[in-house]
Amino acid sequence: MSAAPEWKNPVVKWIDHRLPVFTFTHHSLIDYPTPRNLNYWWNFGSLAGVVLVILIGTGLFLAMHYNPSVDHAFDSVERIMRDVNYGWLMRYMHANGASMFFLVVYIHMFRALYYGSYRAPREVLWFIGLFIFLAMMATAFVGYTLPWGQMSFWGATVITNLFSVVPFFGDAIVQWLLGGFAVDNPTLNRFFAFHFLLPFVIFGLVFLHLWALHVHKSNNPLGVDIKTDGDTIPFHPYYTAKDAFGLGVFLIFYFAFAFFAPNYLGHPDNYIPANALVTPPEIVPEWYFLPFYAILRAVPDNFIDIWGILPILVTAKTAGVILMFASIIVLFFLPWLDRSPVRSAKFRPIYKQLYWLFLADCIVLGWVGANPPEGTMLVIGRIATLYYFVHLLVFMPLLSRYEKTRPLPDSISAAVTPQGSSQSAQAQGA
Amino acid sequence: MIRTFKRIAVAAALLAAFSVSDVSTSRAASKATPPPPQDWSFSGVFGTFDRAQLQRGYLVYREVCAACHSMKQVYFRHLVDIGLSENAIKAIAAEFEVAGEPDEDGEPTERPARLFDRLPSPYANDNEARSANNGALPPDLSLIAKSRVGGADYIHALLTGYLEKAPAGVTMGEGMNYNTYFAANQIAMAPPLAEDGVEYEDGTKASVDQQARDVAAFMTWAAEPEMEERKRMGIKVLLFLIILTAMLYAVKRRVWSDLH
Repeated sequence: MSAAPEWKNPVVKWIDHRLPVFTFTHHSLIDYPTPRNLNYWWNFGSLAGVVLVILIGTGLFLAMHYNPSVDHAFDSVERIMRDVNYGWLMRYMHANGASMFFLVVYIHMFRALYYGSYRAPREVLWFIGLFIFLAMMATAFVGYTLPWGQMSFWGATVITNLFSVVPFFGDAIVQWLLGGFAVDNPTLNRFFAFHFLLPFVIFGLVFLHLWALHVHKSNNPLGVDIKTDGDTIPFHPYYTAKDAFGLGVFLIFYFAFAFFAPNYLGHPDNYIPANALVTPPEIVPEWYFLPFYAILRAVPDNFIDIWGILPILVTAKTAGVILMFASIIVLFFLPWLDRSPVRSAKFRPIYKQLYWLFLADCIVLGWVGANPPEGTMLVIGRIATLYYFVHLLVFMPLLSRYEKTRPLPDSISAAVTPQGSSQSAQAQGA
Repeated sequence: MIRTFKRIAVAAALLAAFSVSDVSTSRAASKATPPPPQDWSFSGVFGTFDRAQLQRGYLVYREVCAACHSMKQVYFRHLVDIGLSENAIKAIAAEFEVAGEPDEDGEPTERPARLFDRLPSPYANDNEARSANNGALPPDLSLIAKSRVGGADYIHALLTGYLEKAPAGVTMGEGMNYNTYFAANQIAMAPPLAEDGVEYEDGTKASVDQQARDVAAFMTWAAEPEMEERKRMGIKVLLFLIILTAMLYAVKRRVWSDLH
């Protein structure tokens, strides 16, 4: 790492002496040492940051025109679409932006799974990431209620109702969430308030995430630690250039949806105003919640009872809710479930196969979540749910113990630069 | 390795995309036939509305659909968009009486509709609508093209999909009509369109199919009045981004060239 830069501009120098923002920026964004071998899967962190900013920006303008009242919410959204200058652009960028945020973050998380980025010493970095994910889910859920369409209303009804399974306080929690006994005006008001607040909570968590990241620096495709200066390159201009190119590709994809298929990822029923008297034929969440929705609905009735061990303490609904929350909570234990001496799947021949199976399993869960829980679909959903937990709770610990990993390179530079590899060859020859 | 990674990721993304598209298609109710796709002037990236068709569609809505269906999100002033002149719209609006401001004594008043008014609703409220329609509520049509799977195809199919007699073995509810494309095939709305039921000013033959097509186009406009502007801007934005991204790629190559 280079020493603190000498600031020439007297104003910059004066400020930096009192509050070293310029030095801080220089260290964190300019000469920040970054592994030289990061591939394009490492672009998705900065992409997530950019989408968050787009969401907050478009959301601010939407909030100026939106009216969080059951009598006016739906109409005010339509007014944004029809009469507010570029209101349709703001709304379609915002709605599709939420989908893109989840897509980018899912890729970011699966990248961490592949290369073992959650392993020591990055456990806290991984935790903060999971907290960001949870906050995103809460934000997306309350945000989806705001247009006050049929899916908004019934989605809010179903999901808030899940909290009724909490022992003793369940009903009180649901009433507190709803501000009454059913989804109504108080619910919409507070959901709007939460939807405005939570993105800033996410923003704060992102800062902690970056702080934790910058302590031990980025993991890399080889999963070996940074050892010498030769292993790293300064963030600028190398990764600023690479991230900028990645951002361009991503924006093309994102805007193709926002401009040409803005409702493809949404549900048509949400263009029907909310009606407490008419239940839609199927209540389906947005695509990014479908895997969790599948887990929620995978549990058979009297799940516990069929084993004959316990009297029915836990109903299917309760067990489903527990499993759904467990599916995320278990991720917090991942750094200890996986104790392999090697981080990256590159050097883990069996984990590499199981990784793709796990990814496929999550996609299957999403597909099941989109369909009514009946017949074959329910069976597939149950198997996929079981596999989700077996992968994380059984295969990961077993693999760490029995998998024969491939030899790791001496260092990043030894593996990826010609000088490095010739040096290490010489070293081995001698 | 990286290549396999990429290949599998692409396959997974496609799979995910298909499963999502499967969501939207599987939502149509079980028994109904999916609507056959039609050619629309507004389909595709470069699609635009056919103004003459929108005006014909508005005529069908005004003379047929509006007897039972509201279109609350559309205001008279929006109709400039379908190519009607301001004077023509003012004349149409003036044919409708709407509630005005209370008079000096606080009594309710009526006045002719003006440009800033919504298209008037046929019923004062949902209860009146149900009472007049055998218990069924005619949905608002402002967003019908967005709130039904299939959009314009579905509207066209529904309006032309009536059978005079239900197929053998199907028991119909009282006052219900058999429609191939409606959920569960039973619809409360009687076949609304008749041959030459309206008279088009531009001389187009007003067959049932033509009217269904025109009104479906009009409803698509009503649901997505921003569509043309959106697509025009989208093309510019994407062209800009493609060029910018190509340049950024060159920059990236250049910056990284001393490392490779």
